[in-house]
Amino acid sequence: MVDNKKLKGIYLAGALLLIVLISGCTTENKIIGEIANNVENIEIKGSDTLLQLVSNMAEAYIQNKPDAKISVTGGGSGTGIAALINGEIDIADASRRIKEEEMEQAKERGINPWEFIIARDMLSVIVSKDNPASKLTIEQISKIYKGEITNWNEVGGKNQEITLYGRQSTSGTYSYFMKKVVGGDYSPYMMNLEGNQAIVDAIKQDKLGIGYAGLGYISDEKGNPVGGIKIVEIAKDENSQYISPLDESKHSLYPISRPLLQYLAKKPVKDSMVYNFLKFELNPEGQEIVKEAGFVPITSEDRNHNNMLWNKI
Amino acid sequence: MFNYKTKEKLIGLFFSTTGIMTLLILIGIFAFLFVTGIHTFSEITPTDFFLGEQWNPAAYGEPSWGILSLIIGTLMMAFGSLVMAIPMGLAGAIYLSEIAGTKTRELLKPAIEMIAGIPSVVLGLIGILFLSPLISQVFGLSHGLNALTSSVIVGIMVLPTIISISEDVLTSLPNEFREASLALGATKWQMIRMTLFPAALSGIVAAIMLGLGRAIGETMVVLMVAGNAMAMPTSFFDPVRPMTANIAIEIKEVVTGSLHYEALFAIGLVLFVMTFIVNFISDIIIENRARKYKW
Repeated sequence: MVDNKKLKGIYLAGALLLIVLISGCTTENKIIGEIANNVENIEIKGSDTLLQLVSNMAEAYIQNKPDAKISVTGGGSGTGIAALINGEIDIADASRRIKEEEMEQAKERGINPWEFIIARDMLSVIVSKDNPASKLTIEQISKIYKGEITNWNEVGGKNQEITLYGRQSTSGTYSYFMKKVVGGDYSPYMMNLEGNQAIVDAIKQDKLGIGYAGLGYISDEKGNPVGGIKIVEIAKDENSQYISPLDESKHSLYPISRPLLQYLAKKPVKDSMVYNFLKFELNPEGQEIVKEAGFVPITSEDRNHNNMLWNKI
Repeated sequence: MFNYKTKEKLIGLFFSTTGIMTLLILIGIFAFLFVTGIHTFSEITPTDFFLGEQWNPAAYGEPSWGILSLIIGTLMMAFGSLVMAIPMGLAGAIYLSEIAGTKTRELLKPAIEMIAGIPSVVLGLIGILFLSPLISQVFGLSHGLNALTSSVIVGIMVLPTIISISEDVLTSLPNEFREASLALGATKWQMIRMTLFPAALSGIVAAIMLGLGRAIGETMVVLMVAGNAMAMPTSFFDPVRPMTANIAIEIKEVVTGSLHYEALFAIGLVLFVMTFIVNFISDIIIENRARKYKW
């Protein structure tokens, strides 16, 4: 008898708990729905190169806007563009241009990406600080990454095997470097690392390594190279000048200068949060953050590209 | 609220649905992998897929879709980890069940099982920051991101599985076995080697198979320390790109429904079949053992 009473009590308590839970769920959903209409949210995803920079921009932007929320995640330009095409995010960060096939896939799904240039990167090639090799032509870099040059003594180093470090295939830097510098397939012996920082860390440890990374990851706030690595001076060909990506006066001549981009899923509505955030990124205040993050502000050409789209909004 | 018969029935129904549910989930996962993955073969021939040495979907020119180097990467990593984990695991299990005193055992067993609870990403960090520089120094390599480093770390991960199951098997052997061999004048080592070990062998093999299944499926550690180069590995000092790491790296960039997406599911299917077979074999071994020794 006693047991039965206890059991009844337990059933009752369980039933009550269930009712509370169910009702709790429904009211909670309602609240979330209501908030969603008022609060503005931006989802940004993509390039690891841009991750730190865009996070800094987002932080600065929402400082005086308690209701605003911006979430920034990395994963690579390919990841961001795929998410944009799949309709999961508002803005895709990219360190390469959208590919034709991606454009087709996007259009099939009714998405017409808008491209803005928010900063410039002097893509840098790095080696260990103990490596005597310090100057490379684009052709030499290409041969090294294709696996045609495998010994440092062919390019001014010691008689030692080269270890190749590169990014994973989701990375925009991976595709950009492959298209614009290597001009062919990477050697299959190249190691695939996730993120610019991973490359810099690997080069610090590996005396025979060569890697590539965005400008913001190889220099500190004052524009000095980070410890343990050497930044390679690069020339377009043997007859051209070797230029360091840290040399601000020669940025326009640096052979692997690339735009850092943001793709919007659709034409931004005037005065919407996406519109205002983008405007903030492109104005002088935003470009100051670009400098602080170690990247290069947009050029007048980039500005023309942006304005052409901006005027259509 | 209900009379005891309905209650009994309801409880029975609850337990049986839970049981059937796990089966349905298993079948569901397989069906999902199969249906998505099988599309791959309408565009890539199975020969190119399984025997092609080059995996490079993001190629400069024509992409290539061969997963042989990925399969070999997985196998090298899995067997390397077993080479490390089997001797240590068996020694540990024998020590725990036959040699250690009760107090030591009560301290060590939970400690070993706690290794299983360490998140793999933490072990990966230890691999990157500590083990890989160490291995590169010891073997005079320029870097330590290779099959060996990942084997060692994954070996540590499968150790608890091998130790605790082998230990259970050894402990469950009837005391008559021990008494009989000691009475015949065997030393303790002879007793372990000639009586207990053969009697427990099938259970130990099952423990190893379960460890193998775990090693094949491990992702995070290999993603962090295996180097992930796509070339066909030729030694344990080469970087490898096991199937798990390959899926984890590439699934983020693929557009749902594309060939690349389907190919990754096909790799997932291969992995699933591999671990399924390994687990299935260990199940059969355990089953046979139970039938053979009924004490």
